[in-house]
Amino acid sequence: MQALALLKQSLFRWKSDGAAPFRLGQRRVFILPTRAGLLFAFTLFVMLIGAINYNLALGHALVFLLAGLGITGMIHTFRNLFGLFISPGRSLPVFAGETALFPLQLRNDRPSPRMALVLEADINHPVECSLTGNSATVVHLPVMARQRGWLELPRVRLSSVYPLGLFSAWSYLQPAMRCLIYPAPMRTPLPPLSPRANDGNASGNGGQEDFSGFRDRQPADSPRHIAWKASARDVSDRPLLLKEFSGGAELEWALDWALTEAGLSDEGRISQLTGWVLAAEAEHAFYGLRLPGHEIQASGGQAHLEKCLEILALFNP
Amino acid sequence: MSTPATQALEHRTTPWLFAAALVTTLPHVEHQPVWLSLLAGIMMLWGGWLWWRNQPLPNRWMLTLSVILASGCVLLEFHTLFGRDAGVALLVLFMSMKLLELKSKRDGMVIITLGYFLLLTHYFYSQSIPTGAWLLASIWLLTASLIRLNGGPGSSFKITLRYAGLITLQALPFMLVLYLLFPRVSGPLWGLPQDAYAGKTGLSNQMSPGSISTLVQSGEIAFRVRFDGDIPPKGKLYWRGPVLEAFDGFNWEPQAGKSSAERIEVLGPLTTYETTMEPQNQRWLLALDAPTQLAPEFALNGRLTATSRDLIVQRQRFRLAASLDYRFNVIESTATLNRNLHLPNGRNPQTISLAKRWRDSSENPPQIIQKALALFSSTDFAYTLQAPLLGQNSIDDFIFQSKRGFCEHYAAAFVVLMRAAGIPARVVTGYQGGELNPLDGFLVVRQSDAHAWTEVWLENRGWIRIDPTAVVSPSRVDSGITSAMATGEPLPALIQIRSEWLRSLRHRWEAANNAWNQYILGYDPKRQRELLSRLGIPDTDWKNLAATLAISCLSVLVAVTVWTLYQRPQRDPASKLWQKALRRLARRKVNCAPWETPLALINRLQTEYPALATPYAHVAAAYLKARYGREPADLNELRKAISQLP
Repeated sequence: MQALALLKQSLFRWKSDGAAPFRLGQRRVFILPTRAGLLFAFTLFVMLIGAINYNLALGHALVFLLAGLGITGMIHTFRNLFGLFISPGRSLPVFAGETALFPLQLRNDRPSPRMALVLEADINHPVECSLTGNSATVVHLPVMARQRGWLELPRVRLSSVYPLGLFSAWSYLQPAMRCLIYPAPMRTPLPPLSPRANDGNASGNGGQEDFSGFRDRQPADSPRHIAWKASARDVSDRPLLLKEFSGGAELEWALDWALTEAGLSDEGRISQLTGWVLAAEAEHAFYGLRLPGHEIQASGGQAHLEKCLEILALFNP
Repeated sequence: MSTPATQALEHRTTPWLFAAALVTTLPHVEHQPVWLSLLAGIMMLWGGWLWWRNQPLPNRWMLTLSVILASGCVLLEFHTLFGRDAGVALLVLFMSMKLLELKSKRDGMVIITLGYFLLLTHYFYSQSIPTGAWLLASIWLLTASLIRLNGGPGSSFKITLRYAGLITLQALPFMLVLYLLFPRVSGPLWGLPQDAYAGKTGLSNQMSPGSISTLVQSGEIAFRVRFDGDIPPKGKLYWRGPVLEAFDGFNWEPQAGKSSAERIEVLGPLTTYETTMEPQNQRWLLALDAPTQLAPEFALNGRLTATSRDLIVQRQRFRLAASLDYRFNVIESTATLNRNLHLPNGRNPQTISLAKRWRDSSENPPQIIQKALALFSSTDFAYTLQAPLLGQNSIDDFIFQSKRGFCEHYAAAFVVLMRAAGIPARVVTGYQGGELNPLDGFLVVRQSDAHAWTEVWLENRGWIRIDPTAVVSPSRVDSGITSAMATGEPLPALIQIRSEWLRSLRHRWEAANNAWNQYILGYDPKRQRELLSRLGIPDTDWKNLAATLAISCLSVLVAVTVWTLYQRPQRDPASKLWQKALRRLARRKVNCAPWETPLALINRLQTEYPALATPYAHVAAAYLKARYGREPADLNELRKAISQLP
């Protein structure tokens, strides 16, 4: 296996493509016959024997025309990938256990279309796209996010059998792209409010009473607050809507590593903190985060949430 | 836009595959049994119906069952599953049944590959120009189906067809190179199935009353001839086939056993020519009487008929020479002479007694011959294709009762008369005359030119040709069968054409066919060697041939690759105009570096060449507007600004 990997390494010249856009030159487009191509070649061989045996002049012509067709098809399959521009995009963070999407922009600089391009970052989830002449499109490559931290885009195989299906051309893309994977949130009740925040003017169960509008549901939100009717009215595939209540802004939590359940592993604790951070944000509360070696002052809002989640994603206990 | 990649067959690809199946099986309807066409048609209709209604395809065991049943039917019909016709029948059935199993792209690939294979099977039956055209059209359609199959719904009908056309066009040079240079092997590699050459018509080696008049009703071409010099007069164009010596009272057959070698005295100049024989599944070559030079694979059989060791099963070309003026076997063996005096006992008594009376009244054989010919030239005798049936004494019936017959009747009656009068005589079959195609100078001889005449042996003169038909109907020999026959005769429509422009149309079509046969279908190892030596590769051993082939294929490959991959640099019209402005600037010894932006250039001009700065600032502003703005009218502004440059 080791030897095979080394061979592949030297044959396909695997190396990172960096973060800049790049063009598929002829040195990195590979081509081999497909199974259908081998069947086609075998059929041609049988036909040639038949044409010779029965002395069919037109049979010879047919076999030679088909052989020419195969070779021409090979050139056209190569052309389908050759000269394609690829620009890495920026992927949005997801939670562990979800699917990370890596956007790649494919640009076709020539007037003829490029059809049936298949991209595989994950062998089980190939994605197909086509480009008309002089156009660009963004392909989102799905990769399963299994654990928190940075998820590097694995080597992507871009392949195509268009137009004749007799040859398959492929190229390996290794743009330097990574996606931040937040820890999977664990839904547990929030710890008691921090004594500093609970200084009298907060309404006890505020954040639950005055309806103030809708917002998109996030994974850690409690299903109790989903606005089913409002969600049903919206036919697009946006996340479900959540009823938002005002009055919670005065609450403040100090989410401390020390407050997490002692019996949990480090990862479990990080998950619990993640759940808390999301829950606190859902309450529109102020919350701070304290991890061994890290401390974030209490605040609220999307930017604060992302900061906290990033700390949690990259935290090394 | 991206979608998950899938191997499932897209719904709207199916009609393409049906079309592919249809064009590859349809031409077989002409020669396959009716039940087979019906069965295949029903399968296709069923598949089409299921597709139309979007209903599930039949399951696996049902398909297996129908394949077994259909193979059984083929076995019953052809008594085998192998061989040419049965194989084709099976392929057609498999093709129509595969349409009921279209689930994935792979099934589609199988259909197309099978279709390509089926195209080959058409050439078992015909290799004519229309078949060749059908080949190109079918390949185009099959390739378009392949593109549609692999390209998915994104490739529209028109784009798919155009792309398939381009790929087919680019494949043509490969075909040409391979066709000319691929080492040709002649002849079958192994024994062919028995039905390989079924259904070829032509002269047979038997003659009975009516056999030639049946053959004459076919307008098919038997062979084509090109003379090196002038074409001899029609009356001398006797193409010699089998010589029939044995007569049983009804049938004429060749005599078994060898004769001694021919001795021919050439009395006139040689006529050289090249003949292209259509396959007739027989051994003899129809050479002009009397053949003096033959192709190496032929030999004379002792009766001046050129015969080959092998059956002529393909169209073949031979170079031959003949002498129209000759003397043949002045010294003949007594065995042969006796054989040619033999008559079956007890048959045709009236004819025999008539001949005996002639012999008794005059001793001179030429006089007897004249008497017999005079008998036929009397007005009672008619030359017709519609001769009545003859009884046990066929010659008596013909001479004394019906008096209506075709060349075989006259030849047979004449030979019987001669033999009864003691003159050795025999029947010669072959073709007579032919029609010149003025377009390509080939003389076309058809089955309708089939003929039978006679030879008699006279002392000191050898075998001489006597054609009794020439006496009955002189125009048959001088100008061909069409003018010799009354209009009601059942001649093929093709040769009956008397209208001038239709005739010239037919000549054109036949000249095209002949060129196709001679230069495309007739490209054999011999022609290949000739071509290569003309190209300057005289010593055609396999190394030279392989090198030539490899170099030619590589050049074509490079050419097609460059054609496919080369991109004409597409420049934006605004950039083009900007480059023009920069060229003007360069004439004033100011160069713009490739990395210098228009505005940086203007800045530099303002300090270094203030006089140029203002007009170029206008141009730069117009350029930036045209290049990055949205209004097409900005281009005109740029043009104006450039025209105002100093």
